[in-house]
Amino acid sequence: MTTQPLNRRGFLTRVAALGLTTALGTTLAPHLARAEWNKAAFDGKSSAEAFKALGVSATAESADVQILASDIAENGAVVPVQAVSKIPGTTRISVLVEKNPSTLAAVFDIGPDVVPDVTTRIKMGQTSNVTVLVEADGKYFTATKEIKVTLGGCGG
Amino acid sequence: MGNPMKIRAASKDGVTEVKVLMSHEMETGLRKDASGNAIPAWFIAELSAKLNDKPVMTAQWGPSISKNPFLSFKIKGGKAGDKVAVTWTDNKGDSRTDEAVVT
Repeated sequence: MTTQPLNRRGFLTRVAALGLTTALGTTLAPHLARAEWNKAAFDGKSSAEAFKALGVSATAESADVQILASDIAENGAVVPVQAVSKIPGTTRISVLVEKNPSTLAAVFDIGPDVVPDVTTRIKMGQTSNVTVLVEADGKYFTATKEIKVTLGGCGG
Repeated sequence: MGNPMKIRAASKDGVTEVKVLMSHEMETGLRKDASGNAIPAWFIAELSAKLNDKPVMTAQWGPSISKNPFLSFKIKGGKAGDKVAVTWTDNKGDSRTDEAVVT
């Protein structure tokens, strides 16, 4: 019986390994379950108010956070913005538009299986600074870019 | 129950790029109709994405996201035949889930 590929010990080891990976899979992303719509943060009228409601303390500008968007948006109703973080351990990416009536546009909770690189389209009422806020290991990093709007997106 | 989303998921070099186009008004609550009455806010507030039933990303949105929202993100891993599901819930409690198979 030397060709028997799976003896009892080998089988048990495999079962244990499988159990471990399953357990890891479920515990690796606890922050994905914490999301409850943060009204206070979305009601914030400035980055400072939104940061406070998000529990953000000290932020640092970082070259590892990138905003990919055109400098001029012809139509403020549809402004494509790509937010990229190259910081290891990124768990959350937020997009804020300083001069919008509600500054916070979006919060993405990034699981370990997702590349911290998200693209969406936002509305901008007027030319404004757009900030991407990245949370990684409990620290906060930002990047800011001014996007000029030639036609506002919040009028009638 | 809103209109269906369009979801494309393509795997390349070990990364699955997912593109989602949702159908939603995304009303800010700040606009007024022709007779001057405020149009109530109506927007997608919460979003979640799953790969083969495992949550990979969640998001909270405000009304600053454009009408008929577009979202693109990248999942590490994923291969042809895997299932990607996206669910949104709006501020009125309406919700919709759509699925796509990774190509």
